[in-house]
Amino acid sequence: MSSGAAARWVDAVVVAVSDVATGVRRIELGGPPAGRAAPGSHVDVRVHTPAGEDVRSYSVVESGGADGRVVVSVLHTRTSRGGSRFMHALRPGDGVRVTQPLQNFPLSVGSARHVLLAGGIGITALVEAARVLRLLGADYRFVYVGRTRDRMAYLAELEALHGDRMRVHVDDEGSPLDVDALVGDIADEDLGRRTELSMCGPIRLMEAVRRSWSDRELPSYNLRFETFGSSGWFEAEDFVVRVPELGIETRVGADSTLLDALITAGADVMFDCRKGECGLCVLAVTEVQGTIDHRDVFLSTAQRERGDRICACVSRVAGVGGEGVLVLGPP
Amino acid sequence: MPPLENHDRVTAKIFPHPLNAWYAAAWDHEVAGGSILARRIADLPLAIYRTSDGRPVALADACWHRLAPLSMGRRVGEDEVQCPYHGLRYNSAGRCTSMPAQETINPSAMVPSYPVVERHRYLWVWPGDVTLADPDLIPDMHQMSSDEWAGDGLTIEAQCNYQLVLDNLMDLTHEEFVHGASIGQSELSDSEFFTRHEEDGSVTVSRWMLGVPPPPFWSRIMRHRFPDFAGPVDRWQIIHYYAPSTICIDVGVAVAGTGAPQGDRSQGVNGYVMNTITPETERSSHYFWAFMRNFRLESQQITTELREGVRGVFAEDEAMLTAQQRAIDAHPDHTFYSLNIDAGGMWVRRILDRMLAAEETGGQAAEPVEPVAARRR
Repeated sequence: MSSGAAARWVDAVVVAVSDVATGVRRIELGGPPAGRAAPGSHVDVRVHTPAGEDVRSYSVVESGGADGRVVVSVLHTRTSRGGSRFMHALRPGDGVRVTQPLQNFPLSVGSARHVLLAGGIGITALVEAARVLRLLGADYRFVYVGRTRDRMAYLAELEALHGDRMRVHVDDEGSPLDVDALVGDIADEDLGRRTELSMCGPIRLMEAVRRSWSDRELPSYNLRFETFGSSGWFEAEDFVVRVPELGIETRVGADSTLLDALITAGADVMFDCRKGECGLCVLAVTEVQGTIDHRDVFLSTAQRERGDRICACVSRVAGVGGEGVLVLGPP
Repeated sequence: MPPLENHDRVTAKIFPHPLNAWYAAAWDHEVAGGSILARRIADLPLAIYRTSDGRPVALADACWHRLAPLSMGRRVGEDEVQCPYHGLRYNSAGRCTSMPAQETINPSAMVPSYPVVERHRYLWVWPGDVTLADPDLIPDMHQMSSDEWAGDGLTIEAQCNYQLVLDNLMDLTHEEFVHGASIGQSELSDSEFFTRHEEDGSVTVSRWMLGVPPPPFWSRIMRHRFPDFAGPVDRWQIIHYYAPSTICIDVGVAVAGTGAPQGDRSQGVNGYVMNTITPETERSSHYFWAFMRNFRLESQQITTELREGVRGVFAEDEAMLTAQQRAIDAHPDHTFYSLNIDAGGMWVRRILDRMLAAEETGGQAAEPVEPVAARRR
């Protein structure tokens, strides 16, 4: 169940800031609605960047108490588009606009075995999940990967809390994570097909795990990560869609969706989730100029390779040497 | 100190239940083999089952797709259940593992899986905030599974708010009137009792009746251990309440004047009445009870006789509680008034009220600051 509730924006005040690792600033916010955030939840924060106002999401590391405290920890990135610079400049007493904790990465208890994999600042999404699994006496393993020890937030506390359950891999100490070995070990165990792996970290790490998971034919539902719908292989751009049977030809803007463009043009298209998950808006493709950028999680790899369907709510066409054109059969 | 604004809730006739608590959901033997038990716990319908290796699982009893009850489905695979309607499957974490007629599985598809712990012959479920689900908060009912105690019990599906059962158990004066033929005696009303809110947050109500004739139930039990027994006894009832809804009562009798009040129970018999009450709805409760004893452990005959004896006694309580709930519902404008004998029950209500208040702000109930308030009749 991903985030059901709509975001509500409230004023929060920075209560305290401190550095918890090189380049990682812990920021304690007071004032959002009271309550404890579920493991895996995040808050959206309105940040001011050179390009103007924008929104960033940060995992909630700690929360609770009658004062509605929420703690996020933010990595300062050199490639920052301005979000982390804004966050690192915050001082106690500053006001910020934030949402209540939102959930896209729910912890599910009760798996036969859990493996948590955190890469770098991705640790912030898994700290609370690991604490809860430990509290419940679950069978779990916690793998934490970083480039250098001094940049790994919460490392000492986590090692003290999780003891033997913790595996730490540090690139510059000669103990980098061997993804194939990690996934291979899971696959070889008796509980392999009943082990759930939850991960948060750099895209390259997560892609490597996904490939290895799929190569080992481990069940896809046991691999959990925060972003389900892929952001696509191509930048969103305008393309043209035609439905000859309905006499429709219209343009899908970079900031619109195929589904919305078709409905606006008068096509009666069935849909439900709008997240590329349910498959109700799948349409038959008769011709493409360019490449279909599948952004859904409904079609299988084999179905994508056949190239004869598209999930209209999220997927698009990317032009190759010219504007993309999509020709559809009748909906 | 008790916030005055909550006093209305403290005396509520239909008492709300905390969610951040472990509730007994079933006896260990009720969930076995390939069965799926449908049971409503704290107003949440659950589908409870065991994996192939015996691990208990509690899922929300409604398929993610169109909410068909999973408890009507089948146990499949190592740890899955299958929806009876369209065949979706879920694993023990509540993740959907199979969808009909498609090549992928929607990664959002899941049903809530609640923390479950098997302890003291019960399966305990935590319906609230998972981040607070500390198994150490399961009440101490060690007599249920100890080598030094023997006994058995049953479940009453009580048609009343759970707090009415707690009120009933926290004040045993009612035994004289409700259980006159078995364990009641007029000395219950005549003896003094002590109520204490302990430092660990529990509540104790103790009552000693010295040099009294044993009621029929206790005479019979005494003769199991001392066949020639006759004459007056010192009788005790020490009630221990553990939040939110567990009450273990140390009960027994010893030959009068042999030192039982001072701690020497060697000339007597000792039992523990184990009670844990799980709200089902606001007007019904699963009342799990057992009677444990620490003598003649080898005798299944005594185990059965005691279980059946207590079953008869508790049927009298059940009849009263059902009638009381009906009268409460029939008189919506009437309020509860308290007597001195309600001290234990009123402590329970205050503790529950604090748990509920803490849940409203997302925290855990604070440890009692000034807990020790001994009261004497």
